[in-house]
Amino acid sequence: MAIDATPRLDADRKAGDRTLSGEPVRELYTEADLPAGVGGPEDPIGRPGEYPFTRGIHASMYRGRLWTMRQFAGFGTSEETNERFHYLLDHGQTGLSTAFDMPSLMGHDSDHARALGEVGREGVAIDTLEDMQTLFAGIDLGEVSVSMTINAPAAIMLAFYVAAAESGSDGVADGNGPAAAGGVEGALDTAETGSTGVGPIPRERLSGTIQADILKEYIAQKEWCFPIDPAMRLCGDMIEWCTREMPRWHPISISGYHIREAGSTAQQELAFTLKDGLTYVEQAVARGLDVDDFAPRLSFFFNAQIDFFEEIAKYRAARRIWARELRETFGARNPRSWQMRFHTQTAGVSLTAQQPLNNIVRTTIEALAGVLGGTQSLHTNSYDEALALPTEEAVQIALRTQQVIAHETGVVDTADPLGGSYFIEALTNELEAQAYAYFAQIDALGGVVAAIEQNFFQREIAEASFRYQGEVERGERVVVGVNRYALDDEAEPTLLKVDPALEGEQIARVTALRAGRDTAAVDAALARLRDDAGRDDVNLMPAIVDAARAYVTMGEMCDALRDVWGVWRETPVF
Amino acid sequence: MGGKIRVVIAKPGLDGHDRGAKIIARALRDAGMEVIYTGLHQTPEQIVETAIQEDADAIGISILSGAHMTLVPRILELLRENGVEDVVVVVGGTIPDDDADELRKLGVAGVFGPGAPTTEIVDFLKGAVAA
Repeated sequence: MAIDATPRLDADRKAGDRTLSGEPVRELYTEADLPAGVGGPEDPIGRPGEYPFTRGIHASMYRGRLWTMRQFAGFGTSEETNERFHYLLDHGQTGLSTAFDMPSLMGHDSDHARALGEVGREGVAIDTLEDMQTLFAGIDLGEVSVSMTINAPAAIMLAFYVAAAESGSDGVADGNGPAAAGGVEGALDTAETGSTGVGPIPRERLSGTIQADILKEYIAQKEWCFPIDPAMRLCGDMIEWCTREMPRWHPISISGYHIREAGSTAQQELAFTLKDGLTYVEQAVARGLDVDDFAPRLSFFFNAQIDFFEEIAKYRAARRIWARELRETFGARNPRSWQMRFHTQTAGVSLTAQQPLNNIVRTTIEALAGVLGGTQSLHTNSYDEALALPTEEAVQIALRTQQVIAHETGVVDTADPLGGSYFIEALTNELEAQAYAYFAQIDALGGVVAAIEQNFFQREIAEASFRYQGEVERGERVVVGVNRYALDDEAEPTLLKVDPALEGEQIARVTALRAGRDTAAVDAALARLRDDAGRDDVNLMPAIVDAARAYVTMGEMCDALRDVWGVWRETPVF
Repeated sequence: MGGKIRVVIAKPGLDGHDRGAKIIARALRDAGMEVIYTGLHQTPEQIVETAIQEDADAIGISILSGAHMTLVPRILELLRENGVEDVVVVVGGTIPDDDADELRKLGVAGVFGPGAPTTEIVDFLKGAVAA
């Protein structure tokens, strides 16, 4: 299993002269550590806005436009989350990011037996088009870009979103929904109180991102519905459909965040994520798409861990690898296809339950790494998230952290202020080399899907995670407030409580909706979905969008697909 | 007693956060225990069935989805219904203090939050199973 990076990660070396991910660090770096070719025609560093984009994808970087401050939010029912969205927009947030609850992420309705106790807990419960309409009531989806973090049933959630936007985000007011007939009270209440009368927005005007990165689910996050092959087909159908129908939409966010949160190193996050990305490109090209038609809409999502320079080097290496692979391997001609755009989130896994206010400091440093690494959007975690979903106060501090970095520190005044740093450039090179070593290893196993089936990623991550835990427990890595400077008696901060009664309310909503809809239309939509799922020559998206409009639920659509495709089970390794 | 301590590490509910469960499973195994890891997405019924079939001395429940106040009491109830009284149940994950107190009242022997060292959990289980 080991690659050449492994000896460096051995725990018999003192952790102090290695980065968080095990890269050796020397006392001094000099011009001798800069990569070969600097200043030449194929300069590996180059300038911001120019190939290979090591220094960022825009020439002026944040002088031209700040990153999008995009806090991930969602809990309870669509009504609670709609209120939180309005709160965030009122406080200067510039984009929305939706967290869904576990049943939604796993393709179950709120009244499914396996949803017991999980409804609205980790995110918002969305079962139907109507819930989606309530979620965005009063928000102009033609103006605000929206990110949705969902993967296995992403195509269905996107269909709900498109249908909601095209009906007007306060869609119940247009008389089309079952609620207009008096069927569902909650939705009517929201339409009356929350709506600012936003009109229908056509799909081609919608901007935002849906995560839809199914490969990393099997690798790390483990939220799956179907076996890998049909899941990849569904993902490919969605990318293809979005390429045609939603020119402002990012149909996938290829994510290292969850790989890192599952315990990987920075090298693994970098390598596995980029290899996933290259796999999606291969698939789309194999389906007959021109790489330059879809590559400019691909986006990425990385973690920002606490090892400041290592993280900055990781983003820079990622951009350089992506530019090279898209240009050289896939022959992309459009410079926008070469540019890696990414979202960053500070590391949830770096937050401590002990002395939680210290997390504000950690998050600040991590956020700064994201900014100096050239991120296009950023989520800063709240200090209380090792304990529960964040309170409104904690979220506000997290957002203010970004605003302080943007408006007070001056780091935005010049493009890539760290470019040319001996240490940063050397580390960038090293991470890049290690990513290619992993690529070779994955190729030798038969590619990403084959490597998943052989548990390669899962084992690598479990190893790295266990190794780090050992370093902390032996005191080789200091975690302030946990294994050093700990306090004996700590009071827990005030935490957000999700009202357990919301589960019942959401179940009542979906039950009422089922009772009020046109069952013949539902049956027809599901029959078509099953039929299309069994054929390889049709794109599934039109059937899914029509089913969404007929108020077919998330669970019903996923069950229909599970009937045709089956389910996925992993053999756990530890 | 005699022999190795047998522990079922269980992931109830729908969340896929298995970093903690895997670290604990491996730490307990390295400490000489027999570890059965259920894998993800287990129902309370499946977990209790596994514990009975494996003749477990302890069950370690790892949960980070916020559903602990629904799923953990259900597991305890099913253990009682099946006449399993002597299994030590511990819970790990993001469990607020109030909920941890409530779970202890319901019969959970130990609750371990983020940052708990694996050595502490190993020692706790050795003590609790021997008792």
